[in-house]
Amino acid sequence: MNNSPYFLKPASVQSVMLRVLVALLPGIAAYVWFFGAGILVQIVLASVTALVAEAVMLKLRGKPLMLFLSDGSALVTAWLIALTFPSIAPWWLTVLGTLLAIVVAKHLYGGLGQNPFNPAMVAFALMIVAYPLLMSQWPRVDATDFAVQWQAIFGNRQILDAVTMATPLDALRTVLRDPEQRAMIGGLLGTKATFGNVGGKGWEWIAAGYFLGGLYLLQQRIITWHMPAAFLATLCVISGAFALHDPERFAGPGFQLFTGGAMLAAFFIVTDPVSGATTPRGKLIFAGGAAVLTWIIRTFGAYPDGIAFAVLLMNIAAPLIDMYTQPPVFGHKDKRGGPP
Amino acid sequence: MSALQRLFKFHGGVKPAYNKEASTGLPIAVAPASTLLVIPLHQSIGGMPRPLVKAGERVLKGQRIGGADGNASSAVHASTSGTVVAVEMRLMPHTSGLAALCVVIEPDGRDEWMERHPFDYRSASPTQTRDYLRDAGVVGLGGAVFPTHLKLNPGKQGKLDTLVLNGAECEPFITCDDVLMRERAETILKGAVIMRELLAAGQVLIGIEDNKPEAIAAMEIAARAVNQAAGDSAMKVVAVPTRYPAGGAKQLIRVLTGIEVPHGKRSTDYGVQCFNVGTAYAVYEAIALGQPLLSRIVTVAGNVSGARNYEVLFGTSMRDLIALCDPLPDSDRVIMGGPMMGLLMPSDDVPVVKATNCVLVGSKKLFPPPPPEMPCIRCGECAKACPSDLQPFEMYWFSRARIFGKAQEYNLFDCIECGCCAYVCPSHIPLVDYYRFAKSEIWAREIEKEAADVARERYEFRLLREEREKQEKAAKLAAKTAAGREKAAAALAEATKPAATPEEDAKKALIAAALERAKAQKEQVHPENVSNLTSEQQAEVDAIEARRAEIREMAKPHLRQDD
Amino acid sequence: MFEAILVMAFGAVVLGAALGYAAVRFRVEGDPLVEKIDAILPQTQCGQCGFPGCKPYAQAIAKGEAEINQCPPGGEEGIHKLADLLGREFKPLSAEHGVEKPKSVALIDEQVCIGCTLCIQACPVDAIVGAAKQMHTVVAPLCTGCELCLPPCPVNCITMEPIGESVETWKWKYPVFKINPAQREAK
Repeated sequence: MNNSPYFLKPASVQSVMLRVLVALLPGIAAYVWFFGAGILVQIVLASVTALVAEAVMLKLRGKPLMLFLSDGSALVTAWLIALTFPSIAPWWLTVLGTLLAIVVAKHLYGGLGQNPFNPAMVAFALMIVAYPLLMSQWPRVDATDFAVQWQAIFGNRQILDAVTMATPLDALRTVLRDPEQRAMIGGLLGTKATFGNVGGKGWEWIAAGYFLGGLYLLQQRIITWHMPAAFLATLCVISGAFALHDPERFAGPGFQLFTGGAMLAAFFIVTDPVSGATTPRGKLIFAGGAAVLTWIIRTFGAYPDGIAFAVLLMNIAAPLIDMYTQPPVFGHKDKRGGPP
Repeated sequence: MSALQRLFKFHGGVKPAYNKEASTGLPIAVAPASTLLVIPLHQSIGGMPRPLVKAGERVLKGQRIGGADGNASSAVHASTSGTVVAVEMRLMPHTSGLAALCVVIEPDGRDEWMERHPFDYRSASPTQTRDYLRDAGVVGLGGAVFPTHLKLNPGKQGKLDTLVLNGAECEPFITCDDVLMRERAETILKGAVIMRELLAAGQVLIGIEDNKPEAIAAMEIAARAVNQAAGDSAMKVVAVPTRYPAGGAKQLIRVLTGIEVPHGKRSTDYGVQCFNVGTAYAVYEAIALGQPLLSRIVTVAGNVSGARNYEVLFGTSMRDLIALCDPLPDSDRVIMGGPMMGLLMPSDDVPVVKATNCVLVGSKKLFPPPPPEMPCIRCGECAKACPSDLQPFEMYWFSRARIFGKAQEYNLFDCIECGCCAYVCPSHIPLVDYYRFAKSEIWAREIEKEAADVARERYEFRLLREEREKQEKAAKLAAKTAAGREKAAAALAEATKPAATPEEDAKKALIAAALERAKAQKEQVHPENVSNLTSEQQAEVDAIEARRAEIREMAKPHLRQDD
Repeated sequence: MFEAILVMAFGAVVLGAALGYAAVRFRVEGDPLVEKIDAILPQTQCGQCGFPGCKPYAQAIAKGEAEINQCPPGGEEGIHKLADLLGREFKPLSAEHGVEKPKSVALIDEQVCIGCTLCIQACPVDAIVGAAKQMHTVVAPLCTGCELCLPPCPVNCITMEPIGESVETWKWKYPVFKINPAQREAK
């Protein structure tokens, strides 16, 4: 018979994970609206792969199957992989990435709660290093034809030219690299097909969807304000400062926040508790650091988006950050009321 | 009154279902004494009291049966008049299921008091008053049973700012302080007046959770009367927000005064001292009426249809107490205390003691077994709930891996075991069990280490002494023979050699002779003893032997104490 | 070419100087190994290891002259700790040196004791008090349970009493691992 406490709050890992999945829905809806239903195929692919891989690994490790399979953590990883990979990536790319995430990044490190790196980001980083071309072919905003996307995913890559284009971040970088085009950066936003009102066309609405989901997570007290606030604020300040300094060379905060995976990262990726910092101050440092690295990689690096590498680098630092940011315990906060 | 008080917040805490209504419907009833009262000698923090009575002795109600062992200890008394049936090891109300020395009394039903005299604390010195309270067995009745006399000391400055009376009672199901405040507010405050004088405290803040409006009202009326009589406004009843564990002494001090008393520090150093309302009641009874602590209010609740508060004599079996409240048939366990911090009892036939604020009857339906434990996902819920601002999941990792030093670095011993972390954990990890495990391992190791250090020191001292004796002996020998260096050196060599010296041989012979004598004596005496005995003599011899055996048995538990 | 060699040589000199400075500045005083080993040993002073006390055994281990599995009172846990400290392989307790027993203290049957003082001389920690031809008694809190007083007693009046668990010394158990019982075995 167990010891005190004898009753528990009705909470479970499963309910936490399910609510994270629910919070992703508005973003996914916007995704489908602007870029077609291809993303749904990717989500199904990743989910099935993740569940199968999880089941096999649990079996091999001698863990109770149903208890862990139903915890929903594999699904969260799978959905994040699907949402960060191009929605018209070939099927095997998504499957391979998911396998790597679940088998290597999660279970070889000890399974749920033990992985030092965010599994979805490990998958993204490995895939973009191994298949840089495939990982940067993104669908065009208006090319939402499901049949074409289906074909692109399952074999016929020839039709790709019709449906892909550079992502807003890539387009921006191309512009920035070319001194003659630099002057256009101001006019770039809102004029070209790639760009919308503040960020990438379509992407800004997906980001808004993620933001909505993030608010839900905050309201449900699944995440605290520290991580998203620090991530977005840091990205905002740093990009704002550079854009003010030289608007011809650097994109402003609106663009940085509403393009690529920034919003997804702020609410769903840096907030992964297992691989991130856990103390209140540590969370601020962790998310802030991730934002700085993201901005640096986006602006000066070779890859289209820097979030995966930024998060992985901060994952390495998380234990150290936690160690140095332990909050003061009861009675050790200030000197007030101390003995004379 | 309460609106004027500025309140502070403590970090964390939870809001479990309170389940207090069931036991507050009826007034306090007096529980009848069991046919046998089993009174454990060790009922408080501190040294184990020595038994003062023997089997067969008649005792009066209020008679001391266990004397305090040193100052950090507290006496125990016969809860009613009757005959001591035995002084023996009995099952304790403790999760371990171990036994300890108890005085078993068969009540005679007359409930005959010993002579009682009020104690004139005004003309006694503070030390005398404290000694009196120690011998009256007054301990903290909130559940920690810390001897009250040790806390009734204003510390270095000789006065305190604030005396806090703890009527928060934050644990679910427990209502013993609630009903005590409703029904006996005046007596509690009379006790508080005495305590305030002893501590030279400026004000008295009585903290009560705001889910007890009746208790707050009763206490406010009584406080107004006390303030009027004294002509000041020192007594203040303060309603504090209902949030577990607001009734933790440190948390309540924080809420009422804003002061955080760190772990291991005395609160008097910060100008505050905190007592349970029941303790104030007991102090009044001991000092003004001359009645030692013999009974307390106990809530019987949980899986019973007649939950209620009883005034229970110490030593009463929990089984008899539960029987008064119609337990439901599916009851499967008894818990001493509340559902958040209570101890699981090894059986229902354990005595009510000074620490028993609640006897909680459990069942599978009421307290279902926890869902399977999942790995920690570091979600931080526990850290959000921790009222001591700890990082419970870090302590958990290290406790689980038995890396106790690291667990201590994360302030394991600041943990008050309130259970908030385990209550909110989405992975259903029995966190508090890990902390209890780690703490008791660390304590055991510290005791072991201290013993080893003492042994090392004594061994080294012995080696030193042997060396010195050897040299002294050699020097003496050299002086005695006075025959030059060679001989002295030879003697020294001789002394260092393990071989038997003539001296030792002589000693051995002496011992052998003594042995022979003893044997001879035994042989001579023994037959006489056995053969020429009348039945009376035989009975006497048997009685003596029995008594010896008994003494030896009684001495055994003391063997274990090394403090 | 010459330049490169110069640069490398300069680098080597700088690094060497830095390392040399650090070696002087952050030097570890003394050889604490014997003390560290001695701190792990239970200080029973029973001599079951074949050495006349815990300290000599610690010195022998430090010099590599003794195995780490010769201390029965320290038990498996002690061997594990020594193995961790010294980076040696764990070995089960060597049977020739004895077996791990529950912690006990000596108890003198005072009715049989003849007052010979032999046990007093044998006790390594002076935990027995008494005088010649007077009754002896063991100061239980100081007794290490080494059993060295048993053989010299001519009347066999000393017995070892195991120290039982009391409510005060009882330890909370390691929480049962419900997910995977196999993991407990591994620990």
